Amino acid sequence: MSTNVATVEAPVRTPAVRPAPAPGPAAVRVAGVSQVFERGRPPVLQGMDLTVAPGEFVCLVGASGCGKSTLLNLIAGLNAPTTGEISVSAERPALMFQEPALLPWLTASGNVELALRARGVGRAERRAEAERLLRVVNLEGHSGKRVHELSGGMRQRVALARALAQDSKVLLMDEPFAALDAITRDVLHQELTRVWTEQGLSVVFVTHNVREAARLGQRVVLLGSRPGRVVREWQVDIPHPRTIESPGVGTLATEITRELHQEISRHGQ
Amino acid sequence: MASEGSGRPGLALVDRGDVENRAVEAGLDALDAAPDLPAGPGLGRRFVRSVLPPLVFLAALVGVWQLAYVADLKPSYVLPSPADVGAKFWETVQDGTAVEAIWTSLSRGAIGFAMSLVLGSLLGLAMWGSRWLRAAIGPIVSGLQSLPSVAWVPAAIIWFSLSNAAIYTVVLLGAVPSIANGLLGGLKQVPPLFDRVGRVLGLSTLGRIRYVLLPAALPGYLGGLRQGWAFAWRSLMAAELITYSPSLGQGLGQLLNIGRELSQMSLVITSITLILAVGVAIELLLFAPLERRVLTRRGLTAAR
Repeated sequence: MSTNVATVEAPVRTPAVRPAPAPGPAAVRVAGVSQVFERGRPPVLQGMDLTVAPGEFVCLVGASGCGKSTLLNLIAGLNAPTTGEISVSAERPALMFQEPALLPWLTASGNVELALRARGVGRAERRAEAERLLRVVNLEGHSGKRVHELSGGMRQRVALARALAQDSKVLLMDEPFAALDAITRDVLHQELTRVWTEQGLSVVFVTHNVREAARLGQRVVLLGSRPGRVVREWQVDIPHPRTIESPGVGTLATEITRELHQEISRHGQ
Repeated sequence: MASEGSGRPGLALVDRGDVENRAVEAGLDALDAAPDLPAGPGLGRRFVRSVLPPLVFLAALVGVWQLAYVADLKPSYVLPSPADVGAKFWETVQDGTAVEAIWTSLSRGAIGFAMSLVLGSLLGLAMWGSRWLRAAIGPIVSGLQSLPSVAWVPAAIIWFSLSNAAIYTVVLLGAVPSIANGLLGGLKQVPPLFDRVGRVLGLSTLGRIRYVLLPAALPGYLGGLRQGWAFAWRSLMAAELITYSPSLGQGLGQLLNIGRELSQMSLVITSITLILAVGVAIELLLFAPLERRVLTRRGLTAAR
């Protein structure tokens, strides 16, 4: 209740606590999903259940072989699950990869415009809209640059702008900051948090980095490996603004890491 | 109330955090981004670096040739002096023979290359689209690339007699395999990630081909075109050298043949020089700048 009062009085952009699940359909619902790539081989995912509320930021962490990327591909609709059901509120979720995956023959703006073109946005509007989206990720004045003229952090921000250009309320992210240096990563964490609240996105964020998960997520889901499944999850009630150094973030990360190590150790026995 | 207590100062902090964050971000961008390339070397230095060396080499070559001539190593109908050849060259330029031969050959080359471009591209696309076709004709197409196309001249003459059709047949057989293989190679090298991007963005199959696949394959395709032109030009010279008929006009290959029949070494050397000059000119004026532009745009060339 008090959260609502605060929202009315002043535009609190980052809710301190997770909002009550909004009514209506979930942003992402994964129910009893298993994925087998080759017959006779163990499944990559087994009995996976995951529900993401509209506007929620969920981080998935796990060791190698937990099927994180497989799960994202399924939610993105790039593959179909062997069994189980997946429903997504957006027609086509946006997906960001570990690599920026920008097309090198296009400018920063051209990459964003391609996403707009795929949506059927008219030529005249595309330019202005791409310019606006690049401003959202703080890349004003860089729209004419080619991909090779941008740093790693700038490329990932162009990729984020391109994902936003899909105008999907669901954003899937597959270790998008794993290849960046620590300073750039910290800056992008803040940038992403801001964009998430401003745009009212539902985010599914996959990472190896437990601290990153605790820093960003409203909920952290730990996945077990071989087969991938949900082991445990944590509500993250650490108020924003957070940083990677926030005490709460460190404490939670320690706890998740302990659990993760237990899960990993099982495989060595 | 607890959340209001933590939320209110939080609001200010979030805003200040964002402002600070943007400042740090802008600083990182300025530090990390590739600096603007310094302006290329000046005209004078470029001349010294890339134009002067070949000129010096050519001058040395002519010098050695002159020495050999003065030493009288061979009779002058076998080894004419540079001055004799120069005079012959000037004569062919002045009486219009050179221009006519260049025009005849170059227009043939352009038409033959244009046909090869269409056929080679279609063939490359078809081979990329059909696994079966690729398996069936891939080895033959690659094999044709290493077959000297002069080997086709007798067959072409038997099929089409001494005609332009015979010449174009030889040119096509020389250039089409290179272009088809270049396009196929370019398409095969497109990172699968790019196609996934196209699918995530929701592009249709045609849209992915048009906006993702073909542009991504462009560097390989350009390499194929460049090689295709070189093969077309060589094939054309081979064909012109052998298919000689008054009705065919007089191309550079035919000019070369006249030199042989008249045992005029100066005309032979003049013709070879012209053939070489046209090949180098097309390469330097058309393909090299095109390729450089495409590669530079993608950051695939080191700064000079």
